[in-house]
Amino acid sequence: MIPTSEQLCEAIRVAVPGAVIEIVPSTPAAAQPALLVDCEHAVAVARYLKDEPTCRLDFCSCVTGVDYLAKSFIEVVYHLYSVALKHGPVVLKVRAPRELDQCRVPSLTPVWRGCEFQEREAYDLYGVKFAGHPDLRRILMWNEFADHPMRKDYVPPADYEWEPTPHDEVLKRTKAAGGIMPPSAAATEVKK
Amino acid sequence: MIDAGLKSELQKHGVFVISTEWLYNWGRKSSIWPLQFGLACCAIEMIAAAAARYDLARFGAEVFRATPRQADLMIVAGTVTKKMAPQVVRLFNQMPEPKYVIAMGACAISGGPFKDGYNVLKGVDRYIPVDVHIPGCPPRPEALLHAIITLQEKITGQHIDRARWYDAKATTEFPIPVCGEHDLLPPANPEVWQPPKDYRDVTNEESTKKP
Repeated sequence: MIPTSEQLCEAIRVAVPGAVIEIVPSTPAAAQPALLVDCEHAVAVARYLKDEPTCRLDFCSCVTGVDYLAKSFIEVVYHLYSVALKHGPVVLKVRAPRELDQCRVPSLTPVWRGCEFQEREAYDLYGVKFAGHPDLRRILMWNEFADHPMRKDYVPPADYEWEPTPHDEVLKRTKAAGGIMPPSAAATEVKK
Repeated sequence: MIDAGLKSELQKHGVFVISTEWLYNWGRKSSIWPLQFGLACCAIEMIAAAAARYDLARFGAEVFRATPRQADLMIVAGTVTKKMAPQVVRLFNQMPEPKYVIAMGACAISGGPFKDGYNVLKGVDRYIPVDVHIPGCPPRPEALLHAIITLQEKITGQHIDRARWYDAKATTEFPIPVCGEHDLLPPANPEVWQPPKDYRDVTNEESTKKP
């Protein structure tokens, strides 16, 4: 049976002195709330979760970024399972400021080898730099690309000059880009 | 020109009188060899069209070539990502003339359901000239067969003396877009792709009024 978040929290505080750990609500998919760890102790906590005999979280299935634009931080979420003990997931989170030069968290690739590509993806799409990652390059976008498209303040290129069936958001962008407006939209504008 | 009645009479005796152009086009349209590559799920339908059930071989187009040097037709089957677009244009440039393009499915035509994606090209016709568009998501194998037949009809209607590929000045190379900091550069090849100037240009009732 997997230890509860509270039990894990207590155990980690004892095992990793100085670790600032907090229980935060998680998605409904996870059986229990997530553990929010500070960046300095994230690797030590990860190692503890992997090696501790009652946890044995030996498999990191998913790494992703979440952009909290209003709260001005980016969260990196790790979903951890135990193949040996057949339990999980335990959700581990770390946070970093949104500013690109400060958006840095420790890489957990040295703990779970399978994180490598997924951390590269989070770097590519969210701009999170993973300190200690063996090969931090873009993985989906091309190398020359400068933006991080999954950030909420990402501005896509204004190639909306021709949209056959624009509506809602696309209609606004078409208008902003000086594209061709459909007759129906033009008619409603005249009415206004 | 030979008289149609005489031609028919000769055919009954096993003598076929045809023009060089007809023979030339008949040969080309009966052996359209596609380039063997697929970009997404449309490629699965393309494979189905080539396999025994739908049997693209009936139209002479089953010999999928693994090199652009031997291919006549590029079937763009699937979503063209912006990262992939330079390679698609480069492959098309490497194909010898005469060459044709079929844009298979919603993605190849316009970006389809992924149109607003940050890495999706809004239609392959922004960079290379498309001969036949097949709508569908994905199009059924029959639709691809129909596109091949449509292309054959197009080939039949071409004239040797006015063929673009015998024109020394005609472009056979299309500029390969460069991966820029925010988008592909240029975002479209203006020689190949011009957006409609007016929405009425593409609506049915207005287009019939045009001269």
